Amino acid sequence: MAQEYRVLLEHADKINPESAADYVKVGGYKGLEKARSMNPKDLTEEVKKSGLRGRGGAGFNAGMKWSFVPQYPETKYVVCNFDEGEPGTYKDRIICQKNAQALLEGMAICGHAIGSNNGYIYCRGEYPFVVEMLKKAIGNAKESGALGEFNIEVRMGAGAYVCGEETALIESIEGHRGEPRFKPPFPGVEGLWRMPTVVNNVETFACLPYILTNGADWFAGIGAKSYPGTKVLTLTGDIENPTYFEVPTDYLLRDVIYELGGGVKGGKKLKAVQVGGTSGAFIPPQNIDTPIDFDSMSAIGAALGSGAVFVMDESRDIVDTINRIAKFFEHESCGQCTPCREGTHRCKEIMEKINTGRGTLKDIENLKVLARVMQKASLCGLGQAAPIPITSTLEHFEYEYLRKLM
Amino acid sequence: MANYMDIIASCKDKPGGIIEAFHAIQKEYNYIPEEALREAARAFKVSEAQAFGVATFYSYLSVKKRGKYIIRMCESAPCHVAGADEVLKALEANLGIKAGETTEDGKFTLELTECVGQCQATPVVTINSEPVFNVKPEMVPGLLAGYK
Amino acid sequence: MDIKLTINGKEIEVPQGTMLLDACRKAGADIPTFCYDPDLKLAGSCRMCVVQPQGWRNLVASCVTPAQNGMVIDTESPDVVEARKVVLELMLTRHKLTCHTCEKDGDCNLQDYCYRYGVTESRFEGKIHNLFKDDSNPFIERDYDKCVMCTRCVRACEEITGARAINVMDRGYHAHIATAFDGELEDSPCVFCGQCIMVCPVGALTSKIAAGKGKPAQNEKVLTTCTYCGTGCTLELNVKNDEIVGVTSNRDAEWSPVNKGALCVKGRFGWDFVNSPERLTTPLIKENGEFRPASWDEALDLAAEKINGIKEKYGPDSLSMFSSARVTNEENYLAQKLMRAAIGSNNVDHCARL
Ligand SMILES: Cc1cc2nc3c(=O)[nH]c(=O)nc-3n(C[C@H](O)[C@H](O)[C@H](O)COP(=O)(O)O)c2cc1C
Ligand code: SF4
Ligand code: SF4
Ligand code: SF4
Ligand code: SF4
Ligand code: FES
Ligand code: FES
Repeated sequence: MAQEYRVLLEHADKINPESAADYVKVGGYKGLEKARSMNPKDLTEEVKKSGLRGRGGAGFNAGMKWSFVPQYPETKYVVCNFDEGEPGTYKDRIICQKNAQALLEGMAICGHAIGSNNGYIYCRGEYPFVVEMLKKAIGNAKESGALGEFNIEVRMGAGAYVCGEETALIESIEGHRGEPRFKPPFPGVEGLWRMPTVVNNVETFACLPYILTNGADWFAGIGAKSYPGTKVLTLTGDIENPTYFEVPTDYLLRDVIYELGGGVKGGKKLKAVQVGGTSGAFIPPQNIDTPIDFDSMSAIGAALGSGAVFVMDESRDIVDTINRIAKFFEHESCGQCTPCREGTHRCKEIMEKINTGRGTLKDIENLKVLARVMQKASLCGLGQAAPIPITSTLEHFEYEYLRKLM
Repeated sequence: MANYMDIIASCKDKPGGIIEAFHAIQKEYNYIPEEALREAARAFKVSEAQAFGVATFYSYLSVKKRGKYIIRMCESAPCHVAGADEVLKALEANLGIKAGETTEDGKFTLELTECVGQCQATPVVTINSEPVFNVKPEMVPGLLAGYK
Repeated sequence: MDIKLTINGKEIEVPQGTMLLDACRKAGADIPTFCYDPDLKLAGSCRMCVVQPQGWRNLVASCVTPAQNGMVIDTESPDVVEARKVVLELMLTRHKLTCHTCEKDGDCNLQDYCYRYGVTESRFEGKIHNLFKDDSNPFIERDYDKCVMCTRCVRACEEITGARAINVMDRGYHAHIATAFDGELEDSPCVFCGQCIMVCPVGALTSKIAAGKGKPAQNEKVLTTCTYCGTGCTLELNVKNDEIVGVTSNRDAEWSPVNKGALCVKGRFGWDFVNSPERLTTPLIKENGEFRPASWDEALDLAAEKINGIKEKYGPDSLSMFSSARVTNEENYLAQKLMRAAIGSNNVDHCARL
């Protein structure tokens, strides 16, 4: 079954993503039409029934999230998380560049479900060309009347990974420092400008038109039962085909690497694969016969996350890579809470020490304590996830650390 | 060159749009001059300390003067294993500056960045936000020569 | 509606919406905090107040987590203690630890909590940031090498004083407190009220005027009312050997009902005149161009005589009185009474009209 299964990307490169008319020709905006013929409650139920879970990392049932949004007040927001900061990830960019109208349609569907005509797309600052394209796509969709009353404004991030965290993203749209808020209250109740707000990932929104057009049962029948649908993956590192693929969610990680990916580059042996971006766990070769869906990945102590697949061959230095990753988190911590602000810095220092042959067993002990406290006591997911690459490699590749000690 | 007053005025009606304004200012000036920051604070009705806090939070915004071309070297893990360090060394050697610095003629600023979302072609460098793919150290002189 | 929860084995009832911090304190648990301040917006960022809800994977910050019905909370579980110790160690790693000469010694949250959890030193290696701000202002010492980044100063400056002079700049490990453009307070909208000193849980912000005159924790405290204006703020005089050596805040609304500890620059920093050798301690009478000390009776008699003389010669309207906002309403009432009833002039005014 080593085949791609394209839903979101079926018409990639065959239609102009800016053009609503092109999109309509391949069946676009039918889902929105159907959604608008339903009452919002039934629509939310339908999405819930499809089993669609968030593609941004946390894997929360989308329909369920919408159902927490209160009917009043009247001002509510639909926010698309297009921050895509997880290193090795560019799938949201691909979805927009190939099928932007599906994203717009999906946001409007959500708008109908929660009773909102106010959409925002928060796009990372690294994609100014995609922002231009999206603005044109929105203009075109508005002109064609496809979106009806639903409005979408694009806002640009400015180089802060933490702004992918939904409450930091909201702060950033409000023009503030991108510091995550404590939860509760959750955005569904108190989000953008303290109004009820749904935040979903690009891919989550882009699934909606297809769910509405083909029915919840159709979607629920694709891929893994508990995390149905397809997933767009991006392959990086030591891989023959460093590109993107859309696969059903019960697709095996082994097949991602060896079938679609064409295997480890240069026919070398696999040492480790990191799924979900830089905050994901390192998976040893013995665990790659696992489906990529959310729950199967969790079961092996990993995470599907953003769907990035970073492959490392036998020659790679795990400790050096973790050192680099530790630098990433130090750079991206917002600096608000103590465990993460100070902890990411100390992790980086200790990793640097070990990587340059100056580390001791005591340093590894300290790393473990620090990792535990960061995971348990940090304010947001960044600080909580930052130690995962360290703890997972200490679990599976401890000898790589030990051999670098003094 | 557009005046920062006009730039800010054009974003002023977007609620919370100070970051949009900063982007627009940087497009003209390559950084956020002190006077422009003060004006943005006034226009968006926030204190100067708040506006400054925002401007210094985001790594794409700068309150320090920068060169005409801003070169960013992606350092994230996929680019790192693909040889980002060597490319960085070549950039530093060719420009005669370290990361974070600007050449004396004010032409280039060299910065480090995390993943810019072009990981299909690592290592990646961006020059004024335009990505350059599969960069090798030996490509650097030719690449720089293309910027006048 | 009340909810029930169990804290350290004790069942308590609290109103819906109560934060765990308050519930825990109600149950008698002592919860350490840095960023929490009852008079400021919540931050939930220092993570010192974490507690363990039974069955939850992660710890929660009690100051920002609402109590839920049926929760079972442990405020000193092994995970909680480990987290608090590591938080303290992380703070210590970059802290300029000079308790012996620190103004905050004896009244410092960092010191107290390290004592409580037996944290002598940090397991992590690190250096101070070198963030000491050599700020030429005469009032406030800004030693950010002792800062724990609780942001209480930022919030107090905005929410109590409204000056919005300071904020966090940069991000992550490099984040620190600064004015716009990281300059000096004098070049910012700072009004030198010292509210930031009042809320700082450590010795990062201290009074330059009181420095070296006695550690506030060791000084005798005398509550009094500020004499500078009619607002009537409560001051906490720091007294040592019968001399005023500083002013601190009593934030208890019962003792400081007007200002809850908040002051302005005059009340907080303008007390050194009290013991000044240049201060007038007796009336002076000018004779032949020179002042000489006189008794109150002599001085008052002289004033009365002169005033009556002027009144007789030029009429009561030739006299006017200008009174002060620094005295009480009652005294100002008496002043106008003196003018109107005893002297017979309506020419009465007051400096607060300006
Ligand atoms: C540090 C951090 C970074 C995140 N970055 C992203 C991101 O770039 N894109 C995204 O969609 N979600 C990101 N998330 C997850 C969001 O907080 C949120 O769960 C998601 O946008 C919800 O959308 P979904 O339910 O459709 O996945 C991030 C979370 C954390 C803690
Ligand atoms: S965990 Fe890190 S990124 Fe999240 S709030 Fe704390 S400091 Fe900021
Ligand atoms: S701030 Fe506290 S811990 Fe630091 S030196 Fe002063 S008294 Fe000691
Ligand atoms: S002295 Fe007052 S105005 Fe100045 S920074 Fe402190 S709180 Fe703000
Ligand atoms: S200066 Fe004091 S009040 Fe301000 S953040 Fe630092 S420790 Fe907190
Ligand atoms: S890792 Fe360098 S562009 Fe993504
Ligand atoms: S006191 Fe609760 S997080 Fe700081």
